[in-house]
Amino acid sequence: MSDTKKMMYINRRAPYGTIYAWESLEVVLIGAAFEQDVSMAFLDDGVYQLTKGQDTKGIGMKNFSPTYAALGDYEVNKIYVEKESLEERGLTLDDLQHLVWEDEDEDYAEKDSIRLVTRAELADVLADQDVLFNF
Amino acid sequence: MKLTIQVNEGPYQHQSSDTAYHFTKAAIEKGHEIFRVFFYHDGVNNGTRLTTPPQDDRNIVKRWSELAEAHNIDMVVCVAAAQRRGIVDDGEAQRNGKDATNIAPGFRISGLGQLIEGGVQSDRLVVFGD
Repeated sequence: MSDTKKMMYINRRAPYGTIYAWESLEVVLIGAAFEQDVSMAFLDDGVYQLTKGQDTKGIGMKNFSPTYAALGDYEVNKIYVEKESLEERGLTLDDLQHLVWEDEDEDYAEKDSIRLVTRAELADVLADQDVLFNF
Repeated sequence: MKLTIQVNEGPYQHQSSDTAYHFTKAAIEKGHEIFRVFFYHDGVNNGTRLTTPPQDDRNIVKRWSELAEAHNIDMVVCVAAAQRRGIVDDGEAQRNGKDATNIAPGFRISGLGQLIEGGVQSDRLVVFGD
């Protein structure tokens, strides 16, 4: 594939009530092979997807939240989290997994993947994309 | 304009499937090119030929099949989503030891890469769903 596009995966739903979150993650992992300029956004109830300490035993469903920690290895390291969505739900960054990636240009220094942005800032990021995958 | 259409919802349950069909048809009539229609999530249920809607209702699956045949549209059902929901073609039946198939004419089962490729190759990716 010759051209590189800015692709963003938008996640707006809680992780287990519907399958959208999990099937979105499957697209991201497959899409990583296409060497595009990939980013993800988590907003509305989608911010719950990144919360740490998820325990799904009570609902008998697979806990797929550890998969988010692997995104850095797939070179998915621009993860935008909307500040207002966190605040509206009484959450802070401390409630989310600490997602990191290794920068091979800087001797594999570990860097944060999550970028906390306001609703207005996220709108600008969205406007800058070529392709939006909305889940 | 070159378009890829993504359908995320099942037939009859949700209007998205109808809207996606009408949009695709209208886009073709306006002279746009459909690079691919990709069915994901419950949208894969648009691809079973075993649906039998009441006679006085629209036949959503048949409508997609006829559109694909008339305009030679590439209609792809996501394999991972299809396996979960029991949409099966000959290859999948053999691979997974199933005793039947149900894929409708004009649909084919393939991977998520086909969706990404649609996004890369098209001028617009148009998504239908909540």
